[in-house]
Amino acid sequence: MILQSVVAPQSTTWNSILVVLLAFVTALVVSAGFVIASDPTVFAAPDPLSALGNAGAAVVNAYGALLAGAIGNPSSIPAAFSSGTPSGIALAFYPLSETLVAACPLVFTGLAVALGFRAGLFNIGGEGQVIAGGLAAGYVGFSVHGLPGIVELPLALVAGFVGGGLWGFVPGLLKARTGAHEVISTIMLNYVAIYLTYYFLNTALFQRPGRTDPISRVVDTGAMLPSLAGVNLRVHAGVFLAVLAAVAVYFLLWRTVFGFEFRAVGSNPAAARAAGINVGRVVVLAMTLAGGLAGLAGATLILGVQFSLTPGFSSGLGFDGITVALLGRGNPAGVVAAALLFGGLRAGSIQMQASTSTPVDLVQVIEALVILFVAAPAVIRAIYRLRTAPVSVTPTVSPGWGS
Amino acid sequence: MGGREVNIPAAATARSGADSITLGLKGITKRFPGVLANDHIDLTVEPGEIHVLLGENGAGKTTLMNILYGLYQPDEGEILVNGVPVKFHSPSDAIRAGIGMVHQHFMLIPVFTVAENVMLGSELTRSFGFLDHRRARLEVQRLGQEFGLAVNPDTLVESLSVGAQQRVEIVKALYRQASVLILDEPTAVLTPSETEELLTVMQSLKRAGRSIVFITHKLRDAMQVADRITVLRGGRVVGATVPANSSEGELATMMVGHAIRLRVERPAAKPGAVVLSVAGLTAHDDRGQIAVDDVSFDVRAGEIVTIAGVQGNGQTELVRALMGLEPVVAGRIVVGGHDLTSASPRQTLDAGVGHVPEDRIKDGLIADFSIAENLALDVYYLPPYASGPILNPTEMVHNAEVRIPEFDIRTPSALTSVGTLSGGNQQRVVVAREFSRPVSLMIAAQPTRGLDVGSIEYIHERIVQLRDRGAAVLIVSSDLDEVLGMGDRIAVMFRGRMEGPFESEQLTRDEIGLMMAGATTGRNATSGGQPGGNL
Repeated sequence: MILQSVVAPQSTTWNSILVVLLAFVTALVVSAGFVIASDPTVFAAPDPLSALGNAGAAVVNAYGALLAGAIGNPSSIPAAFSSGTPSGIALAFYPLSETLVAACPLVFTGLAVALGFRAGLFNIGGEGQVIAGGLAAGYVGFSVHGLPGIVELPLALVAGFVGGGLWGFVPGLLKARTGAHEVISTIMLNYVAIYLTYYFLNTALFQRPGRTDPISRVVDTGAMLPSLAGVNLRVHAGVFLAVLAAVAVYFLLWRTVFGFEFRAVGSNPAAARAAGINVGRVVVLAMTLAGGLAGLAGATLILGVQFSLTPGFSSGLGFDGITVALLGRGNPAGVVAAALLFGGLRAGSIQMQASTSTPVDLVQVIEALVILFVAAPAVIRAIYRLRTAPVSVTPTVSPGWGS
Repeated sequence: MGGREVNIPAAATARSGADSITLGLKGITKRFPGVLANDHIDLTVEPGEIHVLLGENGAGKTTLMNILYGLYQPDEGEILVNGVPVKFHSPSDAIRAGIGMVHQHFMLIPVFTVAENVMLGSELTRSFGFLDHRRARLEVQRLGQEFGLAVNPDTLVESLSVGAQQRVEIVKALYRQASVLILDEPTAVLTPSETEELLTVMQSLKRAGRSIVFITHKLRDAMQVADRITVLRGGRVVGATVPANSSEGELATMMVGHAIRLRVERPAAKPGAVVLSVAGLTAHDDRGQIAVDDVSFDVRAGEIVTIAGVQGNGQTELVRALMGLEPVVAGRIVVGGHDLTSASPRQTLDAGVGHVPEDRIKDGLIADFSIAENLALDVYYLPPYASGPILNPTEMVHNAEVRIPEFDIRTPSALTSVGTLSGGNQQRVVVAREFSRPVSLMIAAQPTRGLDVGSIEYIHERIVQLRDRGAAVLIVSSDLDEVLGMGDRIAVMFRGRMEGPFESEQLTRDEIGLMMAGATTGRNATSGGQPGGNL
């Protein structure tokens, strides 16, 4: 049900963008309620008026810190430039850099899920695919020596794509050959990947010499993604790769023969088959490509930010990808926008916790509420009395679990 | 949740609840954005009459009935029950006033029994709010007997045939004591024998004093049962008559607005070489049972072979096997000298076979795709629509801009998504796609099912044109008029076996009907099955 309503919205583009924006606003409003409820000054206030005042202040402070942590303080930028020191300038752009760093892997995993959606597949295996990609890229990164950087980095990235691709290929093949539902097989493979990480990180092949805890060797400098803004800011070239990937996915879906087949199968596999499209091949290809994209998330994470492997390095990226894809309506441009939004929320939450003691988990609440409202657009439409979307004559029915 | 008690009198025979009523619609007008769906329509339905409402798709019949059923409010005009103006704000109001509606697309819960479906929404309860299944079952049986609508109250609806499901819908309406029954295109989904049964039921309802509003575009059915006929076109009443004073041709002219040929002119076929040769074909259905049983026949270039049969006797599986969509268990399929027995759908299409699928929504079109994309659905990977792996969407649009006027597809643009088109236009898209490719064999399954008279005429014309250009055409149809009107040679399928094909002059309509029901006619000794076809 969600698949059809998100990927093929029966409304105009503006209508659905409006719904998403309003969903975000509504989520912020509801979360503000939580901020107020957890602020002790509100309840300690002597009278209702000052309680309201405290409540308002609490919300403004929390969201203000969130915003500052996400994109920084516009007034501080000219001041930073006039200070002249690189570290001063860096400080002003630190929030933006953090937002981009957080958004980069989300773009990849969001695209991975969105591509799957377009072909009618529910790719829940983002987590495992990220891990597989990260493991492969990391391994190439720290075990291949002597090659010039211009070869070593792309090699490591390709390894990441292949690793993730393999983690997508297997469920794709299972679905095409046996009808095994990809939700089940991808979730299972997530676990396999998680535990494989532990396993590998305890082998001599991966483990950093001199350490007994599960941490890998450090990646070669030649395989590291170049930093974009100097030592003090973490933003790295992977960000460009993410944008490139979004463009590539758009191009694939709407300008290539494969993309036509993907969309046909995703929309109506029976008609696609009757028209001669090889549905099984499309499924395998779609899952492999989606896995590869998620693998790149892992690769850019390891090669651009973490530089070595530790357990749990994927930290829920795969599942966040689902949220990002849903918010982005399965559209590459939407995915980038949603990834930036969530990246900003993540980056900002650190600042928010530091300045106002509001726990970072509030951002999870906001994200969850946004998804809730986006998944039920009728609620938003009812609240804001938006025009209901025009409905096509044939009801779209999702095939559901059984197919 | 406990339901409302339906007012069932203690004496189970006499039904005082459902009185005969006179229904009147005066000056009903309804506007939607951009379209005047109903334009000052006047209509009366007398007690105990079968009133046929004729009109093409889009003429405003369904809108009018939705107003009568309380789903819409008219912009102007009023509804009168026994001369008293009433307002229906919802179907409950209409039901309380004695109006019942059987929609074209059934509203039944497949996993519930017949009795459960019938009492859904008006549940009978015992003490403490427990559902009273026993009384519901008795009620269903009683209604069935009274009106000749035999249904077993304990069967699950999903295992019923389409005709039986329709009977359940009618029982549902009668259970709510409908005095006026609105039937929206009931015969569109029925086989010839089921249609006869329904028309009989309608007569018995009439004798019991109920009125029926029979919405249809099937002229034969209208002429057969109507007491009065009202014809709608473009939202207006363009004619009101009785069968005695009219004819199918006259009704068709009123419906369409100009003279229309009911039978396509079909010059004699000049058959050439054999194009399709099927030998000993056996295939299974999706439950693994044999659906096509040792079927052999030929289709030659320049001829049309029609396969008649009640739906469910293997025709669907036969077409799917021919198109490579189902595996062939035994036998051979040869098209133009190529053995296509184990060919994939793409190979079959590439071999010059065109396919108009039985279920256009499921197999023929991708509803979310535009008309342009759907028109290129089997050729998107070939030049000029693709150069290597790169797609050329503008070429698809150019192609659409040619085909849309050529096949008279009514749409605002080539980029409209196909799901928003009417059934007739959707089928034209499928036909435009298949008939614009170079094909030596065209397989059309139920090509005019559910379509308006204008579209039917158009598609039949194109098929004959295709035949006269030298293609071999195979039509599978459960519409006897189509089978007889289009077939140069006619075959009949029953329980997976095929009788014929016979030259069409050699067969009478009755003989075909008998073969469809499985009776031997002395013509062909092979399938000596039991008479009485569908379950």
